[in-house]
Amino acid sequence: MNFFDQVPALQIAVPLIGAPVCVLLRNGRAAWAVTQFCSVICTLLSCMLVAATRDGTVIRYELGSWSAPSGIEYYVDIVNASVLLVVSFISAIVCLYAYRGAEKEIQQDKHYLFYTGWLLCITGLLGIVITGDAFNAFVFLEISSLATYLLISLGPDRNSLTAAFRYLIMGSIGASFILIGVGFLFAATGSLNMADISARIPIADSPRTVLVAFSFLTVGLMIKAAIFPLHAWLANAYHYAPVTVTALLSGTATKVSLYLLLRFFFNVFGIQFSFGQMLLNYVLLPAAIAGFVLMSVVALYQSDLRRMLAYSSVAQIGYIVAGICLVSPLGISAGIVHIINHALIKSALFMATGCIVYRLGHAHIQSLGGMAKQMPITTAAFIASGLSLIGVPLTAGFISKFNLIAAMLEQGWWIGAALILASSLMATLYIGRVVEIMIFRKPRTSTGTLEVNEAPMQMLIPLWLLIALSIVFGIFGNETLSIASAGAERLLTGPLAPALVPESAYLSTGAGQ
Amino acid sequence: MLNFLALYNYWVVIVLMMAGLYIMIARHNLVKKLIGLSIFQTSIFYLYISMGKVSGGTAPILIGKISHEKEKAGSATSAAAEQITTVVYSNPLPHVLILTAIVVGVATTAVGLALIVRINEEYGSIEEDDIRAMEQRDPV
Repeated sequence: MNFFDQVPALQIAVPLIGAPVCVLLRNGRAAWAVTQFCSVICTLLSCMLVAATRDGTVIRYELGSWSAPSGIEYYVDIVNASVLLVVSFISAIVCLYAYRGAEKEIQQDKHYLFYTGWLLCITGLLGIVITGDAFNAFVFLEISSLATYLLISLGPDRNSLTAAFRYLIMGSIGASFILIGVGFLFAATGSLNMADISARIPIADSPRTVLVAFSFLTVGLMIKAAIFPLHAWLANAYHYAPVTVTALLSGTATKVSLYLLLRFFFNVFGIQFSFGQMLLNYVLLPAAIAGFVLMSVVALYQSDLRRMLAYSSVAQIGYIVAGICLVSPLGISAGIVHIINHALIKSALFMATGCIVYRLGHAHIQSLGGMAKQMPITTAAFIASGLSLIGVPLTAGFISKFNLIAAMLEQGWWIGAALILASSLMATLYIGRVVEIMIFRKPRTSTGTLEVNEAPMQMLIPLWLLIALSIVFGIFGNETLSIASAGAERLLTGPLAPALVPESAYLSTGAGQ
Repeated sequence: MLNFLALYNYWVVIVLMMAGLYIMIARHNLVKKLIGLSIFQTSIFYLYISMGKVSGGTAPILIGKISHEKEKAGSATSAAAEQITTVVYSNPLPHVLILTAIVVGVATTAVGLALIVRINEEYGSIEEDDIRAMEQRDPV
């Protein structure tokens, strides 16, 4: 038995075993060490998977050696290998940050439970990405969701409890919709394996059942991914959760749901069905565009930094969805690149916010005057990642926005491209407003000075690591782009398995448009 | 009308599902919201279970001995030709799936109730209107 063959299973097993170990240790520091260790191992494992799938190889791992349609299989190609890497890498970096970042926000005696929840959340997220079984994806989705409710409710403010409860209601409705969708898919095709389903959908007896399954899955995943009209849970959850948790979730949770959306639309239902027959681009694209325009405006009027960034996240998800809806190789690769880049950028921004909250105890935008003098490194970090969010050249954000606009123009969507530029301008305004207060305003305290020190090194180092990476990705953007375009190619090939139907007519049409 | 009656299981599912959704939207008591969620999830369990029913089929339990008739049509020569039973039984897979979903549902309800207990400790109320009023008074 080769070690490499077991990598897909280890990806899930490592954090899953780590979680009960944290409970048994009953010690915050030890639990942190376990979490850090598991996250680093997962990152290394997913690096191996990315390296192995770079050339278009597909790894199909049969869990417990039960062969595919009846057993659960893990299906790894370049699309989900890169998402696995993003999730585990963000977890590793934010965990390093949590060593100091979580100590003030979360009661000392709850630390080991906090890290248990963390590991379970990561297990669930990695599981959703790696699995090739539709029902298994639902189970992992619920594992990660339940852990997320727990993590959010640990916030320092009592409002975090109500935020977690509201997310629980919304999230469970979303997950239930996905469950109904999977159920109808099973009724239509008699299979739960994604590859098998994708081969059977074209020959299914009742197209109406497939249609119902498709609608339920779309709505459920839209709730989970916080796509514009269904994003209501996100603002409160990101605002009141511990900032460390927000930094973790903003880079991982919504991205994973977006990945699942991609997988279902392109590989399970097929491009012809999702975008040709269902006219999904006429439903999702307006929602995405309305999302990034309106949410950028809403972000402008927020008084709390965390809330502002939360609305900005919804806007950025709009960019990703808009890229996907173009159904062109360039558009999809722009979407995937932005999934990677936005995970880095938004986590960095929330980590910088966390440094401010660590010292000030709050993040009111109006009372951040004098920050640049007292916490210069944090302020610089905020500005650097803010510039990346806006999409200034030499940052990661530029690469994804440039490609997105290029993809829009390729289709002749001038209005869409103009709206992206307009919403970037609004991003400049809402980031600029905060930076202006940080640098030029006087502190709003009675003495006129802000008595805070720079955030601890253990928090600044991971923060700057992320920023450095986002600048590297900005300068050497070809590396991420090549992964993303390989992923886009993979998604555009249609079903996961060779179709049972003899003619490949329905496969080939969508790719070129 | 007959068609309507023949699909009665789906009507039960729809009625339960809508009742659950309505409770979640219309009730402001957090416990009632959670009950709504439970009803909503239960309706999905019914959906799955009724889907697995094969008309005229019995419970998927081994009755008597397996008949060793080889499948006549198709590749009877293949070594892996399936041994078919003479008993028609319902599809057990949805039942197994729904066992998992029930566990997930119970876990969700448990987390929700734990959150409600904590909310009650902090706010002294489980009425959403009261909580919202208190949230607005809180310095954000």
